[in-house]
Amino acid sequence: MVDSLGDTSRQTPLHSLHEALGASFTDFAGWQMPVRYTSDLAEHHAVRATAGLFDVSHMAEFEVSGAQVGAFLDYAVSSWLSPIELGQAKYALLLNEQGGVIDDLIVYRTGPFQYFVVANAGNREPAWTALKQRAQDFDVELHDVSDQTALLALQGPKAFETLTRVFGLEVGNTPLADLAYYRATPARFEGEPVLIGRTGYTGEDGFELFIDTRFAVALWQALLNAGGPLGVVPAGLACRDTLRLEAGMPLYGHELNAATLPVQAGLGRAVSLVKGDFVGREAVLAGPALGAPVLVGLIGDGKRAPRADYRIFSGDVPVGAITSGALSPTLGYPIAMAYVDADFAESGTGLEVDVRGTRLPVVVADLPFYQRKKK
Amino acid sequence: MSLPKELGYTREHEWLRMDGDVATVGITDYAAEKLGDIVFVDLPKVGQQVVAGKVVGEIESTKSVGELFAPASGTITQVNDSVVAAPELVNSDAFGQGWLIKMTIDEAPELLTADEYAAFTGE
Repeated sequence: MVDSLGDTSRQTPLHSLHEALGASFTDFAGWQMPVRYTSDLAEHHAVRATAGLFDVSHMAEFEVSGAQVGAFLDYAVSSWLSPIELGQAKYALLLNEQGGVIDDLIVYRTGPFQYFVVANAGNREPAWTALKQRAQDFDVELHDVSDQTALLALQGPKAFETLTRVFGLEVGNTPLADLAYYRATPARFEGEPVLIGRTGYTGEDGFELFIDTRFAVALWQALLNAGGPLGVVPAGLACRDTLRLEAGMPLYGHELNAATLPVQAGLGRAVSLVKGDFVGREAVLAGPALGAPVLVGLIGDGKRAPRADYRIFSGDVPVGAITSGALSPTLGYPIAMAYVDADFAESGTGLEVDVRGTRLPVVVADLPFYQRKKK
Repeated sequence: MSLPKELGYTREHEWLRMDGDVATVGITDYAAEKLGDIVFVDLPKVGQQVVAGKVVGEIESTKSVGELFAPASGTITQVNDSVVAAPELVNSDAFGQGWLIKMTIDEAPELLTADEYAAFTGE
């Protein structure tokens, strides 16, 4: 149960601040990341009730620009990115020829001929390699800016007020209040450029802030100082995982992998079939095999959570496996995501999970498990 | 982290308080901290005979599952119902209210002292 930290693992620019805050660390994708500061449950509840500040600087970022950048991205990834507006963001899947997922991305349009791609830390190399290779026939330039880019995520109902206390009510000529979900705006923090996106991975209102690593400590402290009186706390990866699970958001390596088609993961909406050719299109059109497993939500009784890789049964018939599971801190009952054979995927279907030798009843439920109340 | 000197410790991160041939058993602060917030505890039944080194219970946090090993062979005489109702007691008071089981012990196990356990965990 003790996480081992290899000597080769990397530290984010905020590492010494996390240490000073008493964080426990875990090795994640080759990075020493804060897993919790005090209590993962308290941090989880804080994000739902006030806000949490996450250091997710391990994430990878690529700048893509050039005359053919729109056409390139339309070919390289699943979403239709050429028509999105300046400042708009879109979720996208980087597919292989078989239609499986190499990585899931958020792509921001940052200029008429410029986009900013955010990839998972653990997929930095495969995502970069695939994008570079697919760029060969396009007039585009790619730059991996991961090493000089820090990413802070401010998430929760108090995120907006906290952000305005640091940046003011307007950024450039745009009122921050007008910055819609999945929109981004360039801003300045102490004169340094910051990209602020109204995006996140918790199911709450919130923002993600990209800044040069040299200024990340100052921005972190400014956000915590401004948000402290509002109840904003530093939050670690442990609660990030339970928050995203409640929000029904997939995590690469759990719900997404190179052998699973987007439609199986319930991500058909992230694939545009009308935009023209793209890598993986034929496989996506052909679709998965009949009866292939699909991603479902499961809920249980009691306090005992199904966890990743636990097997699922209908009677004596194995029908699938858990991909993520936890006792939901917000809801108080066990929740999980799982791949089950399509015949058993209908909401309300009763199944059983083998929890370390004990069969526990679960019911197929719609995702997400938790949805914030929109104002 | 200060370890109570009067307790014995195991390499499975459990502590024992010996009182005659009855031992009170819990997990250490170190183990609780590594697990994270504990949300579910599954304990053996009173009267159950247990064998040294075998799994007799589980301690679940939001993130992971820890196993409770019988530190010795013997019979369970009491389980801590307060911890079943409020598992967070293991986090807040691992060496006190967060105790897990009491058991008679057939043969005293070899235990680490507080200093030895501290050296073992490197804290």
